[in-house]
Amino acid sequence: MAWLFWLLAVVSVGAAVAVVLNRDIFRAALFLVLCFFTIAIIYVTLNADFLAAVQVLIYIGAISVLLIFAILLTRGVQRGNPFNRLKFPALLITGLMLVVLILVLTWTDWPSIVAPAHIGQVAVGEPTTAAIGATLFDKVQGFILPFEIAAMLLLAAIIGAIVLVREK
Amino acid sequence: MAVGLEHYLILSAVLFCIGLYGALAKRNAVVILMCIEIMLNAVNLSLVAFSRYLAPDVVLLTGQIFAIFVMVVAAAEVAVGLAIIIVLYRSREVIDVEQADTMKG
Repeated sequence: MAWLFWLLAVVSVGAAVAVVLNRDIFRAALFLVLCFFTIAIIYVTLNADFLAAVQVLIYIGAISVLLIFAILLTRGVQRGNPFNRLKFPALLITGLMLVVLILVLTWTDWPSIVAPAHIGQVAVGEPTTAAIGATLFDKVQGFILPFEIAAMLLLAAIIGAIVLVREK
Repeated sequence: MAVGLEHYLILSAVLFCIGLYGALAKRNAVVILMCIEIMLNAVNLSLVAFSRYLAPDVVLLTGQIFAIFVMVVAAAEVAVGLAIIIVLYRSREVIDVEQADTMKG
């Protein structure tokens, strides 16, 4: 499956570069959709089928559509997709950061652990959806409080967005 | 050469740096939001790669659950961010971050 990884890596990086460099902001949004979709397929190769479905539903189905709506609503003022005056300093800094990250990632000796039995896990190749639900809502090791906080965050974000854009 | 944890982590680092460059060097506020989404996706990719490869023969689900929480925060952030951009456009007719400098000291 190595060829699949390299194909997906090239397409996703190319789409991300196209988001930054494309002169037409609407086409940049479409390249963003391509980037999200290739990342969803990468999730499938990483045995994360539920996350791949969530990626398609939330990122492509909701966030990209919201971004395209915002592009259409602000069509009057935009003139292309210009750089600001940090074009070259930012390139230098992010290039330096990329080099440092890659050096650290390749020099680090990543450990292979034996998973403790109490941490939620499935065998490689098994579906993950039911196991994610069981791990998320487990009574002892679960994530019930973070789940509730995430729900409150979404509620606050929805109310905040409505209050911000409401006509006075 | 078999594809392993480092390949996915380096892909994640490349995507993160592309998104960071766009967020630093672009003027259009909507494009900056798009680049922040690319950065969040890159972090999610590294979390999922760790959940697959840290224990070689099983998939640890906590990494995937962290990725789900990151997606929740990303959805909340993009909703509020786009609302702020729409308000900025309505009140000042700009979505260029260099012209939105009322609070500059």
